[in-house]
This record gives sequence, C-alpha cells and structure tokens, in this order.
Amino acid sequence: MSAVTDPDPDPDSPGSDPARKRRAHGMLKLYYGINEEGKPGEKRDPLDPCDINGARFEPEVYLNKLRKDSSLAELMDQETGMVKQIRSLDSDMQTLVYENYNKFISATDTIRKMKNDFKKMEDEMDCLAANMAAITEFSARISGTLQGQHQQITKLSGVHTLLRKLQFLFELPSRLNQCVAMEAFPQAVTYYTKARSVLHQYQNMPSFQGIQNDCQNIMAQLAQKLREKFSDGVSSSSELSECVELLLRLDEPAEELCDKFLSHAQSRLEEELAGLEAELGAGSHQQAPPTASTSSTDILEFIDKGCNNFVSSLCLVIASYQELFITSVPGTSVSSRLQDGELASRDVPRMASSKLVEFVDRLCGRYFSVVELRIREEKGVGDNSLLVRALDRFHRRLQAVSKVLPGSGVPARGTEIVVGAARGRVRQYLAGLKSFYLDSLTDVRQALSAPRLPGKEAPSLAEVLGGLSSAVLNQVKSVLAYVHLFTAKDVSFASKPYFKGEFCSQGVREGLVVSFIQFICQSSQQFCESVGEKGAPSTPPSLLLLLSRLCLDYESSTISYILTLADEQFLGQDQSPLTPVSVLCAQAREVAQRLLNHYVKLQGLIVSQMLRKSVETRDWINTIEPRNVRAVMKRVVEDTTAIDVQVGLLYEEGVRKAQSSDSSKRTFSVYSSRQQPRYTPSYTPSAPMDTNLLSNIQKLFSERIDIFSTVEFNKVSVLTGIIKISLKTLLECVRLRSFGRFGLQQIQVDCHYLQLYLWRFVSDENVVHSLLDEIVGSAAHRCLDPAPMEQSVIEVICERG
Amino acid sequence: MEDDAPVIYGLEFQARALAAQTAETESIRFLVGTQSLKYDNQIHIVDFDDENNIINKNVLLHQVGEIWHLSASPADKSVLTTCYSKTSDSKVVTCAAMWRMPKELESGNHESPDDSSSNPQTLELLCHLDNTAHGNMACVLWEPMGDGKRLISLADNHVQLWDLQESSSKAVISSSATLEGKGQLKLTSGRWSPHHNCTQVATANDTAIRGWDIRSMSQIYCIENAHGQLVRDLDFNPNKQYYLASCGDDCKVKFWDVRNINEPVKSLEDHSHWVWSVRYNNSHDQLVLTGSSDSRVILSNMVSISSEPFGHLVDEDDLSDQEDNPQDKRKEPLQDSIIATYEEHEDSVYAVEWSSADPWLFASLSYDGRLVINRVPRALKYQILL
Repeated sequence: MSAVTDPDPDPDSPGSDPARKRRAHGMLKLYYGINEEGKPGEKRDPLDPCDINGARFEPEVYLNKLRKDSSLAELMDQETGMVKQIRSLDSDMQTLVYENYNKFISATDTIRKMKNDFKKMEDEMDCLAANMAAITEFSARISGTLQGQHQQITKLSGVHTLLRKLQFLFELPSRLNQCVAMEAFPQAVTYYTKARSVLHQYQNMPSFQGIQNDCQNIMAQLAQKLREKFSDGVSSSSELSECVELLLRLDEPAEELCDKFLSHAQSRLEEELAGLEAELGAGSHQQAPPTASTSSTDILEFIDKGCNNFVSSLCLVIASYQELFITSVPGTSVSSRLQDGELASRDVPRMASSKLVEFVDRLCGRYFSVVELRIREEKGVGDNSLLVRALDRFHRRLQAVSKVLPGSGVPARGTEIVVGAARGRVRQYLAGLKSFYLDSLTDVRQALSAPRLPGKEAPSLAEVLGGLSSAVLNQVKSVLAYVHLFTAKDVSFASKPYFKGEFCSQGVREGLVVSFIQFICQSSQQFCESVGEKGAPSTPPSLLLLLSRLCLDYESSTISYILTLADEQFLGQDQSPLTPVSVLCAQAREVAQRLLNHYVKLQGLIVSQMLRKSVETRDWINTIEPRNVRAVMKRVVEDTTAIDVQVGLLYEEGVRKAQSSDSSKRTFSVYSSRQQPRYTPSYTPSAPMDTNLLSNIQKLFSERIDIFSTVEFNKVSVLTGIIKISLKTLLECVRLRSFGRFGLQQIQVDCHYLQLYLWRFVSDENVVHSLLDEIVGSAAHRCLDPAPMEQSVIEVICERG
Repeated sequence: MEDDAPVIYGLEFQARALAAQTAETESIRFLVGTQSLKYDNQIHIVDFDDENNIINKNVLLHQVGEIWHLSASPADKSVLTTCYSKTSDSKVVTCAAMWRMPKELESGNHESPDDSSSNPQTLELLCHLDNTAHGNMACVLWEPMGDGKRLISLADNHVQLWDLQESSSKAVISSSATLEGKGQLKLTSGRWSPHHNCTQVATANDTAIRGWDIRSMSQIYCIENAHGQLVRDLDFNPNKQYYLASCGDDCKVKFWDVRNINEPVKSLEDHSHWVWSVRYNNSHDQLVLTGSSDSRVILSNMVSISSEPFGHLVDEDDLSDQEDNPQDKRKEPLQDSIIATYEEHEDSVYAVEWSSADPWLFASLSYDGRLVINRVPRALKYQILL
C-alpha cells in the first residue's frame, strides 16, 4: 500500500529541517523510482557511484574515495554525520511503518464487513430471481389468453372515431341549420368546407347523398341569404366584403360575385351620384330665377360633397374589391377550385380587374358629367377663387383614385375636365369682358345722348373717354387676376403641362387678351358699317369720335401695356405662335382711322343734308332779291363750330397751310380778286367755248380734290373733310337746278358768308375758295338771267347777317 | 402690249346725257345731249372709227330745251327720246319727246364734211310724251330688245307705260302706276329688265329701289334704304336675271340679288364722291363701269358675282370628260378687283355707257362736256376671252 506512505510524510515531523526532509523525500522518491524533475538547479548525476543517495551507489567505491580524499578529521565528521543520518532515517522508517500498519488494520476491518453484506445480498437476489420467474410465467399466460381480443379492440376504437366523424356528418345539416339560424355564417361555411370533400367523395352512397343534398340545400339557402344580404342596400361595406369572402369560399363563381359586388357598390355610389345630381338639379332650378342663385350651394361645397361621398367611397370600394378578388383570390379561397378549373381561376384576377376598370370608368364618367354640369353652371364673371379651389380639390382627390387604381384613365379624365373648365372659364371671362365693354358703351351712349339738364354741365367727351378707358382697363386687370388663380403655385393642377404652356399662351394671352382687343376693334368697326343707313338707329357721331380716340389710344399705349401685363403674369412655356403687338396696334390704328373717316362722313352727311334740302326745296327762279344770308348757312356755320369744339376735345389742332391769314377781311379780298376774272367770261359770253376753256384751264392748275378721303388724326384734317363734303354737295345740288337772277345772287351771298366763316377751320383755305368758286360759277351757268350782285352789297349783307 | 390711249372729244356745252345707239351693232356710236340755258342745245352723234382711232361727229339741234336724259330706240337707229327742260312763265318744266334723226345721219356719215357743226341739222319731232298731268319727266326707258313700240317714262312719282302707234307718231299711255307715300316722292332713275320677258322695271326714289311688274303695274319688291343716301342709278345684269347693280350718294356701288333684298350681295366703295352712273357690260357681266362726281370712271371686274365666276369655260368637250373633278380643270375663282381707274375727266362724270357694237369699248361724259372713249385693257380682254 504505497498510497499510504506518499501523501503525508510531514505530520510526524513538524518543524524538522526542511532540507533534511527533502533529502529524505528525495531518497524515498528515488526509492520509488520517482524522478524529481523541473529542478534545473540541481545537477546530480544519478549514476554517480559516489552519491550516497544515488541509485548506483557502491559502498566500496564510496569508502575508497572517502578514504582517499578525506583527512581523518573529515572522516570523523563524515562518520558522525553518517551516523546521524542513519539514526534519523531509522526513526523516519519507524514512523512510516507505524502509520501504515494502522491503515492496514482499518482496511482489513472494512473488508470483513463487506464480506458479511455481500452474503445478505446474495440471498435477496436469489429471492428476486424467483419472483421474476413467476411474473414471466404469469405474463406469458395472460398474453396467451388475451391474444385474440386485442385485434378486436383496435378495430373498435377505429370504428369509434369513424362513428364520431359520421355523427358530425349526420349532424351537419342540423348544425348548419343552427348556424344559419344564429347567423353564424362563417362557422357554417367552415363546417361545410370541412365536410365538403368527404361528401363529395362518397356521394354515390344514397345516405351520404341525402346528407350532401341536405347540406347543399342548406348552403344554398345560406348562399341565398348571403346574397340577399349582399343585395340588401343597408349592409355596410365590411359586412359586404365578409359576405363576398364567404361566398367565394362556397365556390360561388367569382365573376358573378364581382358583378354583384360591383352592382351593389354601384347602386350605393349611384345613390350618392343621384344626390349630387339632385342638388345640381335643385341648384339649376333655383338659379332659374336669377335672384335665388345665391341660395344654392356653391361649387366648393358641391365638389367637397362629391369628393367626400362619392370619391372616397369609390376608393373604398376599389380597395376592398381588389383585396377580395384580385390579390386574395389565387392564394386562398379559390384554391379548391384550382383542382377542377385551374385555367379559369387564373383568369379571375384579370377578369376582375378589367371589370373593376370598366366599373370605375363608368361611374366616374357619370360623376364627371355631373361635375362638368355643375362647373358649367358657374357663370359668374367675378371672383373665381372658389371655383379654382373646388377644381383643385377635385383634382387632388382624383389622385387618390389613381393611387388605388394605377393605370386608370380617371385622373387623366379629371385633368381634362379641369382643363376644360379652365378653358370655359377663359371663354366666360372673354364674354364677360365683351358684355362689360358693350355695357360701358351703352352707358357712354346714353351719357352722350342724354338731354342736357338745365344748370348741369354735360360730361365732356374727354371725361367720358377717360372713364370708359379706365373702366375697361380695370376690368381687364381684374379678369387677369382672376385667371391667374389657375396657375397659382399651390394649386395641384397648375403643374400640368397644359397650365404651364397652352393655358398661358393660347388660353389667356390669345384667347382672352388678344381676343378682347380684337373684339373692341371689331365692335367699333361695326359702327362704321351699320350706320349710314337711313332709318336705322344711327350712332351718335360723338360716339364715333370717342371710339376713334379710344382705338388710337389703344394703338399708342394701352395694347402694349395690357399685353406686357399678361405676359408678365403668364409666362407661357410653349412655342405656339402669338399675335405680335404690332399686328394688334396696326389693327387698332386702322379701326381708329375708319372710325374717324366715318365720323367725318357722318357729320358731312348731316351738314350736306341740310344744304341739299335747302337747295332742292327752293324755287330759285322766282325767288326774291336777297336781303339776308339764308338761315341754313348760319346753321351750317354753327354746326361746324360745334363740331370743331367737339373734335378739339379729343384731337390735337393739326397743321394749317402757312398762308392762312388771321383776318377774314384779307381773305375776303383775296377771294374776290381771284373770283372776279373767273366770273366775267361766263356773264359776257362771246363764244360758247370760252367758259369751258377757261374753267378747264383753271382746273389744270388746281389739284384734284378728293372729297371722301382719309383724314389725319387731328382736328383740322377732320374739319377739312367735313367742309369739303358739305361744299361738294352744295355744288352738285346747285348744278341740278336752274336759277333766276335773284337766285344766283342769293347763292353769291350764301357762299360769301360761308367763305367768311369756314376758312378758319380748314388746313388749306384754297380748298374752300375753289369749291365756293365752283359753286358760284355753276350757279351762274345755271342762271337764266345772270346778273351778279355787287361785291360791296354782298359784303354789307353778310356783315349785317 | 400697249393699250390704246383714250380718245377725248370736247363738246362746247355742259352735258349730262349720254346714250349708246342701241340699234346700231356695226359701228360704235354714241349720242350726247347738251345742257345750256342760253343757247340752242344739241345732240351730238359721235362715231368712233376704231381702226383709225378717229372720231366723227354730227350735230343735231335740239331747240326745245336742255337735255337731261337721252335714250335710243332698240329697234330703229334713227329714233331717240329726250327728256328736256323748258322754261315757260318763269317756271322750269321737264318734258319728254321722241325724235327721228335725218336719214343720212342714222347710219353714220363717215364722209361728213368738217363743217358739219356749223350747219347743224334739225331733229324731226315724232311725238311728245304728254305728261302735263304727271309732272317732270326724269327718264324714258325703251323696252330692251323690243320692237321699239313700247316705252316707260318716269315722271315725279308715276311710272307710265306708253304704246307707240301710227309708226311712232302717237304715244298713248297704256297703263301707269303711282308711287304713294309720305312727302314728295320723286323717281330719280330706272331700268327695264331684259329678263322675264321684259315684264319688270326697277326704279329708284330717294334711298329705295323698287321693282315693278308692268303687266299688273304693281310693285313686286322694294329695297328700302338700298343706299345710305340718294340712289342715282341702276342697271340689270344682262346675264343673271335677279342681279341688279345700284349706285348712289353714299359713294357706294351695290349689287343685289332681288330675291334677297335684305342684304346686298356685294358692296364697293371705291369712289370718293357720289356715284352717278353704273353700267354692266352687255356681254361680259363681270365688267362693271361706274362714273362719279369725283371725276373718275372706274372699271371693275366683279367676276365672283358674274355669270362666269370661274372665268370663261373654254372647252365644253373637255369639261364633259372631266366632270368628276371639275375643280381641277377649272381656273381658280378670279378675284374681284378694280381693273382701271380713268382720270381723263376734270369735272363730275354723270354718265357712262358701253358701246352697243363693241363690247370692249365704253364712253364717259363729264359735266364740262368732255366725252372720253376708252377700251377695256387688252390683257383683261384676252383673259376673259381665252
């Protein structure tokens, strides 16, 4: 028992010298063959025969070496040392032996005890073996006896489960009935779907067939109920989708369901549409009497209602439909159908989505037509911010539809409607502008033709013109501002290409501004064409004058101002050709010219009518000797003066020919001196040829006078035109009459009077001179007894008059 | 190609009346009546020798008074009517009479001596159109293309149809119509339509144009306010039966379709003063001549409302072949335009007339007694013919 010695060498030598102890250990180790390793400091050759602790110690060699090497003293020491060592070793040995002996004794005791125990155990094991043998025997016997019944039991338990299943089946109809009665439709459907395949499998057996028939009947009822519920208007959309899901699980044909679902949704949506329509109808009815138009809902409210009711429920319908038929169909509900009609069911999503698109298009079409109708009712030409906001909302909400149903044409249609509305709006504004302009013109007309109240100054033409011009300009500005709302940044449709490009250029600039300017020109021009017909309500000449000035002002500044304004506000981005300002200006100028020409014609006509009547109605042969200037001539001069004042209000003076004199006296003398030699030959004709020759020669040197010719934009030119027309009329009328002596003299007096007063109005007084000369000359020709009046007498008469 | 220069003939007196010798279709001949209060008035027979560009004239004395209107019989070259005014008891009355010119003048005596003017011959009076009851004669119209037996005269507010009897020596009013209305209505001018079997006459008074059916002497249409001012003259389109041209003091020339009297078919405003006379060319109705007191004569090409709006249809065989796409073959519709403005006159032009012999030649007369004979520009002539 080496284990005893090894672990505790120390407890018997506490406090002994560690070195000695180590040596003793080392020796024991050596003895037991345990080599001390890991102590590199100790270099001891174990084979050294002189090492007393070594294994190869040889006492003879050691002794010899000791004797050889050591002195006596050393030997003595060695000897005592050795004795000491031997003694200590002996005591160590003794201690060890003692210790080990005790351990041996206790071990021996233990073994003895074990021997006793094992004996007892052996007995028990024997007993156990006997028992086991008995059990084995019994068990063999039992299993032998039970062998036959075992199979029966297994069979029985199988039958039991089958019976339970059968029971479920048999109970199924009643259960289903119960479920149906309790309206637990999902439960019923779950039951039925569980049993369906079984029933299907055993359907050839009569009893099962009965069950199946019952079930099918019940389920048909159920389906019927579901359908009823489905078609029942009151059920909510979640209920509906539940119904649809159940019906789908019942293998109802998806297409039919789609149709039904959609038709149901349609009926509800159509109700909303009908509501909108009714409102529309009510609105339009109310609008029929013009006063009640304010009481109908405004367009923003209307569109809001449409968006909140119709568009949002449409979105809901689309979403639930898609969930039911398009996304979920192939995965779950129709999986059973996959077995029999794989191809058909694959087409379901496509079919369903095409139906959906059609459905949405149809309803939206109706919705859009309602909205369009409503928009069309917006006829007011005032502020349209409400309309723009309504359109904005309308457009925005349709974007939601496009999110739910990408690829639908609905938003595009919506944009079209917005564009159409914007176009219509621009048209309405144009019409509004036009009517405003015409109304203003009517006002102006009334102001011009209104009888002057005593004590109250009639508004001067310049004031009226200024008022008209600024009113029109303001109206244009405000309309531009209204239209500008369509392109505001916060409006959702402003970013559409139409509103960025065409709307600005073609819509607003061309369609509104340019058209309006052209309208002004055209309507003004109509005054030139319609008037002049005798009996037709003629335009007051002052209106012509005023419009002419208006058009001229437009040409010089207003057109470019308005167009610049429009261009600044609407920066169109498309390249479509625009009407240049110069074209419009040219147009306006042309119209101004025509108006002024027409004014001259009209005024000339008025004056010349007076003259014509005065010549035609008089018996010139039998008239009395002239004592006065005829009243009509005075009237002519008065009218001409009035026209002069009128034109002077609007047009500048203009240029006269330089030789114009400031003294009527001097002119008169020129006139008479020129006149005299022309008269003479006709009074004393030597030969008939002379008259014509002389007058023809005269004419060779004078310029041809265009009577109705284009006038310039100034007062003198206008008046020259009027006077030319009047005098030419007088000339032609004189040529158609025959005169007596006094008739000729009267003409002389009249012409002299005209000469006195008319020269100051015209640009070139020679025109007046030559025309008056011709009149007097013609009268002399047409005179039976040509005896002209003395010039001095004429002067006296005229001065007196 | 150079157009021939206008030929000018000067009369000694002032003149308003001009007529083509309608019955003459061989030589170009115009009649001009003068206006003079102091001397014997004359009728000048102006022969134009187209080849030599020479004018021959014969003068007939018309001593009863100054001539306001003149018209030649369509059947008898030597017969003509005048409307003239005479002064009696310090009153001026306008009468009408029918005259026969001397035999040797009726067909134009080209070899007439140069001093013919110094020895004027006298007209032979056939008969007076007695109008003492009806007022002043404005004009006398012969039945177009008739046998020279029927006349219409316009006197103040009466339209009178005369039958000539006993070889034109007696004129009897066969029927008449009176224009009723407010004020003093006075017919100023009239034309006898060559269409509808010569049963229609159009007259002008003030601003209105009226059509009359001479069988019943009743009014068939009335264009109120045809012109803004007085209507001066009328003419019927010789080739389109409902078309009528009018002119007046509003400086306009208007073309009417009398089936639609609300609106003129076309309106021109090329003159700068009253338009006194308008005449369709007898053969080519796109050519319209107007004379005005702005001393101008304007020849217009009104092709769009003429009977040949696509120009002359050259070859009928060719057309029948191409009936499927006639538009390709025909010329582009020609534009209405002013062909020429004639400025030879220096006084108001009161009368213009096409020659009855040469459709490309016309005469115009201004108050100062100047008669100008002009031709249609050759380029246009060929354009129309070819």
